[in-house]
Amino acid sequence: MGAIYKRELSGYFNSAIGYVVLAVYYFFSGLFFYLYCFYRDSASLGYVFANMFYIVMFIIPVLTMKTFSEERRQKTDQALLTSPVSLTEIVLGKFLGAFTIYALCCAIFLVYGVVISFFAQPQWSVVLCTLLGMLLLGMAIIAMNIFISSLTESMVVAAVVGMAAGLVIDTMSSFSKLVPIPWVQFVLEKIDFLNYYTNFTYGILSIVDVIFFLSVTGLFLFFTVRVLERRRWS
Amino acid sequence: MIEVKNLTKRYGKITALDNISFTVDTGEVLGFLGPNGAGKSTTMNIITGYISSTSGTVTVDGSEILEEPKKTKQKIGYLPEIPPLYIDMTVRKYLEFMFDLKRVKLPKKEHLDEVMRLVGLEQHGARLIKNLSKGYRQRVGFAQALLGNPPVIILDEPTVGLDPKQIIEIRKLIKSLGKKHTVIFSSHVLSEISAACDRIIIIADGKIIADAKTDELSGVLTDKRQLLLTAEGSAADIQNELKKIPDVQKVKKTGESDGAAQFAIEYKPGADIRRDVFSAMTRLQCPILEMRSGSESLEELYLRLTGSVKGGEA
Repeated sequence: MGAIYKRELSGYFNSAIGYVVLAVYYFFSGLFFYLYCFYRDSASLGYVFANMFYIVMFIIPVLTMKTFSEERRQKTDQALLTSPVSLTEIVLGKFLGAFTIYALCCAIFLVYGVVISFFAQPQWSVVLCTLLGMLLLGMAIIAMNIFISSLTESMVVAAVVGMAAGLVIDTMSSFSKLVPIPWVQFVLEKIDFLNYYTNFTYGILSIVDVIFFLSVTGLFLFFTVRVLERRRWS
Repeated sequence: MIEVKNLTKRYGKITALDNISFTVDTGEVLGFLGPNGAGKSTTMNIITGYISSTSGTVTVDGSEILEEPKKTKQKIGYLPEIPPLYIDMTVRKYLEFMFDLKRVKLPKKEHLDEVMRLVGLEQHGARLIKNLSKGYRQRVGFAQALLGNPPVIILDEPTVGLDPKQIIEIRKLIKSLGKKHTVIFSSHVLSEISAACDRIIIIADGKIIADAKTDELSGVLTDKRQLLLTAEGSAADIQNELKKIPDVQKVKKTGESDGAAQFAIEYKPGADIRRDVFSAMTRLQCPILEMRSGSESLEELYLRLTGSVKGGEA
């Protein structure tokens, strides 16, 4: 697993993807930080975090699009699958690689916190709680997009489907209100990522929210392992 | 060392492998011969654990691939048909990655140096794989398969797309590997297999149609010796004259163009009729335009072994 993790990381920085994702994330977070904190003279990062949700939805598919689709297209999966590592280790190695880049992205908020501290006392509890929420949200979306990447041989398809899935998640809350059937509405509300994420941005750390994101992550990673396993038998 | 038992692989309704069984002894170099789509790669992919069989078992050095996948995979070095290379890495970085991935316990730097020297990559460690030519990429794939000195090495068409010089080098390498490792290597070129392997398995349509030691198989080949001749002059006269040569068994006219005729001459094994043919043609004053020994192609051999050679066909 260590070897795969290391290769994933170096892969992100050998190609432009790692730099582009970091740059885009830093640019937009910086822009929102300027607009909501400096321009409005506010010490709260809440709006900045809330808006970053959209950026995350778009950059994660880019981060993960190659994970399995490109391996399959280039036939490098033959090296992985014939090596003495389990499928779970392969999936986890790739997941952690993508997550590390994402965590590097999110770390910029610590810098913003420090910047605010020059002017006002930032609510560190809220900032750290939201950061945790952002990391957990990212985890779940990364796992989902890795799963999508394992379904196709084309990284473009993986990225586009991943972004579409992100949009579905984003519109879920407004969509669920339109559904007239109560139980469907209930289910949609329960799987609405934003519901759980928003709590973090208020500084509310609830175990339910943490467990939700961890389960979604686990579920999609498990699905990915199953996809790889199934392909071997078909 | 390797035991393959009743291996069957079906893709939907298509049967890619049909109840294949064979064993490979320690230190043996086994050639896997067959036309494209015969099931060579499928067999290799199953042995190495890349795909699973529909039924049947593969045992490598006492451990079964499905029961103990990690332990079994550790014993196999595999070079697939398309080398599994990460083209955005340098040669050295890639091999370091594969070294870690395979959990090789040997001293890393020394072992990598040794393997790179063995395949002739010592000068190219810092190059990006995407900038390498096909031959060098193949060598990197080769190096990757050798990492950790696995007892079993499986090579799927390792010489396809290489230039003749590289083919000879790779062939030498395979032969030298046979001393320390058990090797299975596939190809659709007969001469290549017979040059490097102790034993040959011919596979077609998912079935094994021949399994013999190389010398025995080449014995099968050499009992029919052929000389192909193109000479200028009257075809009938030439044919008569050729038939008079003592060791000649059969003379068949295969074509005629621009006043020259082509013949396939079959003669007794062990005999050499070239000088007699030359003097016969000199007597007739028919210039020889071409004379060469006709070796049987894989296709002919394959067709003959499957018993489907019909007169005039092939």
